[in-house]
Amino acid sequence: MTEPVAPASGQAVPAGPIGEAALAGKTGEAASAEKSGLALDVQQLSLAFGGLKAVSDFSLKLPAGGLYGLIGPNGAGKTTVFNLLTGVYRPDTGQVVLCGERIDGKKPSYIARAGMARTFQNIRLFGELSVIDNIRTAAGVRTRSGLFRTLFRTPLHVAEERAITERSLELLDVLKISHRQDEQSKSLPYGDQRRLEIARALATEPRVLLLDEPVAGMNTLEKREMRGLIQSLREQFGVAILLIEHDMGLVMEICEQITVIDHGVTIARGAPKAVQDDPAVIEAYLGVPDEAVDPAEQVPPPETAPRTDAPPGEA
Amino acid sequence: MKSLQERVLALRPSVAESVGRSALPFVAAIVLAYLVDAVLGPAVGATWRKILLDIGIAILLAGSLNIVNGYAGQFSLGHAGFMLAGGYTAAWLTFYGGIHLFGVKGAYGGFLGSGQLLFLASCLFGGVVAAVLGVVVGLPSLRLRGDYLAIVTLGFGEIVSRLVQITARQPTSVEDVKRQSMLELANNLGGSENFSQIPSYTTLFFVYVFAFTLIVFAYRLKYSSKGRGLLAVRENEIAAEAMGVDTTRAKVVAFVFSAFWGGVGGALYAHQIGTLNPAELSFQKSIDFVLIVVIGGMGSITGVVLGAAILVILPELAREFADYRMIAYALALIVVMILRPQGIMGVKELWDTGLWRKLVHRVKGGKS
Repeated sequence: MTEPVAPASGQAVPAGPIGEAALAGKTGEAASAEKSGLALDVQQLSLAFGGLKAVSDFSLKLPAGGLYGLIGPNGAGKTTVFNLLTGVYRPDTGQVVLCGERIDGKKPSYIARAGMARTFQNIRLFGELSVIDNIRTAAGVRTRSGLFRTLFRTPLHVAEERAITERSLELLDVLKISHRQDEQSKSLPYGDQRRLEIARALATEPRVLLLDEPVAGMNTLEKREMRGLIQSLREQFGVAILLIEHDMGLVMEICEQITVIDHGVTIARGAPKAVQDDPAVIEAYLGVPDEAVDPAEQVPPPETAPRTDAPPGEA
Repeated sequence: MKSLQERVLALRPSVAESVGRSALPFVAAIVLAYLVDAVLGPAVGATWRKILLDIGIAILLAGSLNIVNGYAGQFSLGHAGFMLAGGYTAAWLTFYGGIHLFGVKGAYGGFLGSGQLLFLASCLFGGVVAAVLGVVVGLPSLRLRGDYLAIVTLGFGEIVSRLVQITARQPTSVEDVKRQSMLELANNLGGSENFSQIPSYTTLFFVYVFAFTLIVFAYRLKYSSKGRGLLAVRENEIAAEAMGVDTTRAKVVAFVFSAFWGGVGGALYAHQIGTLNPAELSFQKSIDFVLIVVIGGMGSITGVVLGAAILVILPELAREFADYRMIAYALALIVVMILRPQGIMGVKELWDTGLWRKLVHRVKGGKS
């Protein structure tokens, strides 16, 4: 494993160094991490499919309200990490602590209730259901009514269903898909399907939101909208976000810290600028750097929106 | 944004509204069932009264199957197994129990007299026995899906049928029955011969009280988080889990709920037809209910009611072609699959359709 990149100084969010410590030191103080305001604390997660090590020793400390990125070349194991975190796969070793509760080995539905929600790279909506019913379904997680209360429509159940509808409508509004409320979700245009996936994930009232390529297949305008949206979600919902994205411009611009994995191994971690310049990352993406770098693959400098928390140094 | 539970308190309905929302549909179900029994039944004559009975029972059986096949998307071919379990359980209770309690064969007492109360209890008990079997079928469904689940449920239906076939003969004289306890008589279900002389308690009233109640329940389920959880399992199981739907639990609940109503339907069927035969309540019968659900629209309550009416009335109208019934069924299914693979209603309900909206609009427009 390559040495981790030191996070750049001047980070706006105070969590940069924590991530570093997790990777470098194998101190593994899970108990103290519970009290340190971490939304998600992942320690040395590994998974092998037969002989293939899909993910090795993946660690991450995501602070409450943080926005971190997870990047890597195709097939690097990014989505596998998401599947490990959300319980789709059971890790061979390692542990996942969500807001102080160990959740590794639990069922996905349990983990969702514990406060982790996700979107899917290959969109997985409830296709036949209407847009609002997709959101309502997810919002149902926070209800207390069982089958009996449902069948006999007790006052609590009635109130809960009203609350679900009320909140779902607000979510539609936030994601700007209100006008599609009653349409079948599978008939939505691609961009709106991605928005609906985010709305649905938010409906579960997560503490940690995992976004798997939220702008894949979007045009420039849609991407810009989505970028603003993702940033606004943190304040509006108080949610910490971990983002998988191939669009380097987006990742570099909005993420406070980026983890780079290749072949399941973490090869770099740190502030966007530092990661961008890391030789191991460049090698993973572009191969051995002895020939001219393809300009198309180069990460564009964040010229449009100068950020206050951008690392010092030249662009 | 405010969380769900923060909102709940403010949105609680008033007491009067709560009572209305919770209880009124049940009252309506009973009143409507009474009207069907007292007004519609006598008005249409014996033949159509029988058809109405059949439709009501078909609504119960297909409507309950719809919870598993339509809502949760778990293709089950063993629904007749629940019907059979409920039917035999209830028949055992009313026939033998009736002799033990009242000393007579056949229906005893008047409207809501002790005989009919025994019958009501037997319907519910038949449902409970079927629901227990629902757990047995629900559990393998957790690991299986699609064709594999269909095969397992098919096997279940056949097993239940065979279990009844190995029971002893049915003693029919009052004296013979009285010599044995109820528990001993549980082994006297007639074997592969008929279980006959089941008291004919089933009336339009009872059938439609249960059918309308099931419709109310199915409606409430469909438009609630629990039901949407089931639909989510059907649409995308992985996403459903990720959104916090415990798919394991959801499937078992669906099977148990469905089995209970299948059992109730079987009990009503037994006390209508008077004679049960295990061979009759097997695979073929399951297919009938699957057909109703598929043709009506998987997941649609009104679709199932419509499908039940069509599949009961059509064979009655075409009695002279009764021999070709199965061919006609198969053809109808093929045609529906080609022209309208989602069934007549799809997942929609009558009130979701443009036709209905237009009608409502016109009625409202006419009034104002």
